[in-house]
Formats: sequence, C-alpha cells, structure tokens
Amino acid sequence: MNAVPKQMGSDSTAIRNFSVSFPDAKLADLRRRVNATLWPDKETVDDASEGVQLAVIQQVAQYWGTEYDWRPCEARLNALPNFITEIDGLDIHFIHVRSKHENALPLIVTHGWPGSVVEQLKIIDPLTNPTAHGGSAADAFDVVIPSIPGYGFSGKPTAPGWDCPRTARAWNVLMKRLGYTRYVAQGGDWGSLITEQMGVLAPPELLGIHTNLPFAVPAEVLQALGSGTPPAGLSADERRAFERIVFFLTHGLSYAQQMANHPQTLYGIVDSPVGLAAWFLDHDLLSYELIARAFAGQREGLSRDDVLDNITLTWLTNTAISGARFYRENKLPFFAPMGVKIPVAVSAFPDEIYQAPRSWMERAYPKLIHYNKLDRGGHFAAWEQPQALAEEIRAGFRSLRAS
Amino acid sequence: MNAVSQPAGSDKDAIRPFHVNFPEARLADLRKRINATVWPEKEPVADASQGVQLATIQLLARYWGTEYDWRPCEARLNAVPNFITEIDGLDIHFIHVRSKHEDALPLIVTHGWPGSVIEQLKLIDPLTNPTAHGGSAADAFHVVIPSMAGYGFSGKPTTTGWDTTRMARAWTVLMQRLGYTRYVAQGGDWGAFITEQMGVLAPPELLGIHINLPSAAPPEILKALGAGSGPPSGLSAEESKAFERLAYLFTQGLPLFSMMANHPQALYAIADSPVGLAAWFLEHDVRSYELIARAFNGQCEGLSRDDVLDNLTLTWLTNTAISSARLYRENKLPFFAPMGVTIPVAVSAFPDEVYQCPRNWAEQAYPKLIHYNRLEQGGHFAAWEQPKLLSEEVRAGFRSLRA
Repeated sequence: MNAVPKQMGSDSTAIRNFSVSFPDAKLADLRRRVNATLWPDKETVDDASEGVQLAVIQQVAQYWGTEYDWRPCEARLNALPNFITEIDGLDIHFIHVRSKHENALPLIVTHGWPGSVVEQLKIIDPLTNPTAHGGSAADAFDVVIPSIPGYGFSGKPTAPGWDCPRTARAWNVLMKRLGYTRYVAQGGDWGSLITEQMGVLAPPELLGIHTNLPFAVPAEVLQALGSGTPPAGLSADERRAFERIVFFLTHGLSYAQQMANHPQTLYGIVDSPVGLAAWFLDHDLLSYELIARAFAGQREGLSRDDVLDNITLTWLTNTAISGARFYRENKLPFFAPMGVKIPVAVSAFPDEIYQAPRSWMERAYPKLIHYNKLDRGGHFAAWEQPQALAEEIRAGFRSLRAS
Repeated sequence: MNAVSQPAGSDKDAIRPFHVNFPEARLADLRKRINATVWPEKEPVADASQGVQLATIQLLARYWGTEYDWRPCEARLNAVPNFITEIDGLDIHFIHVRSKHEDALPLIVTHGWPGSVIEQLKLIDPLTNPTAHGGSAADAFHVVIPSMAGYGFSGKPTTTGWDTTRMARAWTVLMQRLGYTRYVAQGGDWGAFITEQMGVLAPPELLGIHINLPSAAPPEILKALGAGSGPPSGLSAEESKAFERLAYLFTQGLPLFSMMANHPQALYAIADSPVGLAAWFLEHDVRSYELIARAFNGQCEGLSRDDVLDNLTLTWLTNTAISSARLYRENKLPFFAPMGVTIPVAVSAFPDEVYQCPRNWAEQAYPKLIHYNRLEQGGHFAAWEQPKLLSEEVRAGFRSLRA
C-alpha cells in the first residue's frame, strides 16, 4: 500500500489519520500496461449480448492510457478527513466528515461492488452542508463512509469469515468508537446488504436505515424466478420488477457466480487493467450502457473520470480479488427479505437491477417510513444521482430526527 | 497470425500446406509479461476451494517465464503435415498423417476446451504406426486432427453460429474433401460433442464413433442434477459415484463455463494477461487442476509442465482465449444429455473424468454400443495424459468396424 497511515494512539482501538499518495512510478506502470493491452477480436454480434463490446472497452483504454489523471481524485480524497482503525482484527478505512450544524444526524454510508468510497464522494457535501444544496440545517448529517473489508484502503482479510453480518457488526463498533449514540445507516448493492444486516442486528443506537437496493422480493416471486414465469396477480410495477430480476439472473449474474465460487482464479483482473475494467463494466446491463454512453461522449450520471477513478483506486490498491471475495463470503440469498424490524426508508431508482415496487416494500419492512419511486438513476445512485439520493436520504430519515 | 500459409490452389476448396513460426519478439514479449505479473494475495484458505492457488500459479509462472521453451513444441507441430482449408466460409486448420499401412482406417480426432491439437500429438504415432507401439498393421489409422473453429490455427468466426453441430457438418465436409469414403471419429470434451453430433448427422461414410466423455446421463439423473436434489433411488455403486461427481461439477464447477456461455466478451483479462489465461485454463475441473498442480510441484504423471505450457502458449500466441471461450456461448445442447446417436459407439470411461460413465448408462444412451471399457488410470484429457491407453482403446473400439 502506498498510502501513509500515521499512528495517533497505541491501543488497538486507536483511530489513525490516513492520507492517500501513490508514487508516480505506479501510475506510469499502470499507463504502460493499459497502452500495451493485447486485444481480442471484436464480438460476433452488434450488441452487448456477448459482454463488454470491444469498441467500448477500447475507448475506456484510450482515455485511461492517455488523458486520464488520477491525481485530482487523490486530491479530492485527501481533502476529506480519512482514518483507519482496527476492528475485529482488521484495519478499516473510513472517511468521516462532521457537519457544522450542531444537531446533525450521524449517518454511515456503505458502498458496493464494483465500487469503493469513490462512489460516495459526491453526496458528502449535500449531506453535511445541506444549506448550500437546497436543504435546511435541520437536514444535516455527520457522515461516515467506510471501505468494505478487502476494498480500497481497508485491510484484506487473510482468513474466511468477513461476510455482511460481520461487516455490519464492525460498522456498529465503528460508530460507537466515534462516539455516536444515535445514528442511521444507508447503502446500495453490498452496502445495502450490510445496512440491512445492521437493521437485523438492531443495536439500540441505530434509529433506522435507508436502502436503494432493498432485499424485499416476496417469497412466491423468488420461487417463480427459476421458472421465469411470473406468479399470477402481479401489478404492472411488480411484473416489470419480476422481468428485470429474471433478466439479471439469466443473463447478468455469471461474473457474480464466478466470484462466489472461485474468486482466486481471477488472476487476470489483477494483472490486466483492461481486464479489470471490463470485469467491472459487466456488472449490470443498464450501468454498462450508461458508462458506454459516457465514453461515447454522452455525459449523464457518470463521467469517464468517475468510472476510471474507481477502477484506478482498485488497481492501485490491488483489491480486485480481495474485493471479489466478498461474493464468496456471502451466504445470504439475493433479494430475499432479511427480517428488518426497525424503520426502513426505500428509494427505488428506475434503472436499478429492479425498481422496487411499494407493495413488496410494505410486506418486507413492517416499519416502512419512506418509499419513493424516482424518475431517473440506476444502480450507482450515490454516484450517478447524488442530488436526488441526498434528497431521498434527508426525506427518508426526517421522521426519525425528533425521537 | 504469425504462421505462414501458402495457397496451393486457387479454388476455395484448396488444401493449403501450413506451418507454424512465431517470431522471437512475440516469445520475448510473452516472457516479459509473465515476469511482470501483478499478483494478488494468497487465498485465505489452505486448499483449492477458492480456485487456483497462488503457490501453484506462481510455480507455473516462474517456469513459464524462465526455463520454458516454445520452440520444441513448434518443431513437433511442424514435423507433422499441417494444412488449412476453407469450409463453410471459415479457414479450418488440421493435421493429417497417413499411415504407411495400406488398409488403415481414416479417423478424425477432435480436441476440446481448454485445448488445441496439442492434446492429440502423442496419439499420432501409436495410431498411424501401431507396429512400433505394440499393435499390429491391422490396427493402423490415417489420422486427421482439426483445430475447432476459433481455436489455435483455425479461423475465428466473426458472426454467431459456429456451434458443435456446424463443426460436425464441417468435419464431414473435411473428410470428404480428403477423399475418405469410410471413416470413424473420436473425441473428448467439446470433441465428444462434435463427434456425437457427427453420429447424429450419420453420413453414410461415418462407420462409428469413439468417445471418452459421453453425453449419456439418463433423464432421471439429469433431472435430479438440475433440481439440485439427492440421487434418484436404486443407483448402483458405480452410478452413485458418477452422480456424485456430476453433482459436484454442477454445484462447484459450472460458474467458469457459465461466464463463457453468457459473456465471453467480458473476459479481456485472459486475452491480456498470460497468468490470467493460465489460471482460467487450470480451473477446468478439479482433478485436472490437481494433476497439473502436482506436475508443477515436481510429480509428473500424465501431463508434464511443458505439455500444459505448450497448450497455453499456443492459445496465447494465436490470441484465441476469447474466440475459443465463445463456443460455450454458441452451444445450445444440454451437457451430458444423450443426443440420440444410433450409429455404432465405442466408449472409454476414465476414472478421473468429470464423471466415469457407468456401462448401463452407455447402454441406455447408445443402442449400438460396440465397445465399453472402464480404465484404471487417466482423466479428462485422455489423449494428452494417457496416449498409450487411449490409442489402445481407439484400436479396440473400432476393431469390429474394420471389415
């Protein structure tokens, strides 16, 4: 690791300052590898049905190997207070930004795969400094953004066991260690699983959670997914959600199955920057198309730099396989309700793997305190639509502030 | 492609001599890339349950990047007559060795994934020149060994459609073009699929087939495997063992194939990283992996270190990692389900194959089972690992068809 941790205490619960500084040689080596990529032939189809299209990944590589500059991302990271602390035997990196507003609500936000804290950088100011972003002082949050074990600047587990429940327990320890006695949690993707697991643990300090990828698909729908035939009586919203999940399970899940089974075999994504980029772009079809449009010059939710900041961070920290291992550690079924009984707020983005119907949320979460269907945005809500997500988080947790 | 093909005729049915000659710069570049591999951390377990182990792949990389020499393999390839001919719009490479014995039986042998014609090189002399290998002149074969579409020195399809059925048709065209009016066919892995598809097509010239990975699992077995349930009742000891091996493959061994069947074009990493390619190949099945791991640990059994690296190097130099993976996507036939071959079939069941086919399953699947033998040694790569045994099996299997 090329970042510089400074010891601020001697016991194992010490919170150490951290800053990011990768040497020029690593960046030059990365550019050299990107520019020396060996390419396969073009796919044999005219669409993305065989995976990441050659023209798209070559546009990524061309920009990455020439114009792209990592340093602005590094500067943005270092402009924020970064820390590392050891929890349950593992170094956990986190960003911690306190609001200037006295009654700010502490919030822990968790990223997913293929991601890192880079996904959350754009929501920090809207959440901690709401008056500059159309909100009021009463909407302020103190924000904690950890790196999942094996991701980014957190430690890499050397033994099995760092799954979502253990990470959820670690996050509770982290919030306590920071002195927070009342807080809320938010996440999407793995961040949502971890956040919902915090909801299952339900420590008294946790007032509620907000998720943008709810694990809330009813049992009869989960059962029908294998056959591809929807259960009778679905509403239009439910039917669309069912079809999207079926598509994901039949066409979009192979990368996840490989990581859940044999993550260690993926040496290629550790050794090939373009291989890593393609593996990340393969996450889900609508995100892929969004990113492909960005590299084709049509800027929407994600910029080329957004995408490459995250991939470059993964490359420089050599966390392609340690990050993939989170899939192997997971034992929880995808999309099945976990039994969260504390208050839950849900934001349903249209281009998410499935847009969560209200009816399913009401069944999965006995204390559903907020539900909203957004008009725009996809899987990486914090990254793509920071303004919309920040407003959702404010609205979602508003009812919990007075208690 | 760095090999030299000389047109020997002007029409598109021409059969052009071919030989292999990769420039030294390509070999030096490969070594440079291997020695510059970026490595992940060791797997957090003490076995192969998370995939190809770091110590194993590092042993492979060390030998590949230093002592290994491609040229002897190139010389072995060039010591046999190689040809290319266009069939159905695609260049098909093949090795064609005629026996000195006049009544030799023409035989087309097809390799599989992750393979190439290198799998078959050790078979050529025992089959064409049996008197030098414990056989009699009456056992002689003329041998044709094609490279599958997208593999090795064959062309790479630029459109969809080159599945095993189309290759089976192409192989019958090839044998016709070579002037053979009576012939037999043999294969394992994809080679078995193609060979069985030739058996389904059953052109009058095809007398029979021999396979070492039969698609011969009974329907109730396939149903139980698909459902992930336990074995059907009443299985014999042999059937139970076969079921367990298949169940293991279905639960732990399929994600790799699912990835290639779904999004082969997302696998840029195995086209750009030699070590990434090696790990992907080593993952094929656990017994082969263990065999190869033992070879790199100094315990050479069926496969040598050079065997393994000859095949990997050929794939690397021909840049066929993704074009070959695409066959999984092209395939629409269910794995292990009988295809309805009604011509004579010979089966050799090796113990370390992904399943050792029980005799009664083979009898159910093939109405004209002319040979069945359970071997005591050998695995998935029978031709490569146990060339002597396999050539004896091929002789015995086809003996009754030579009238």
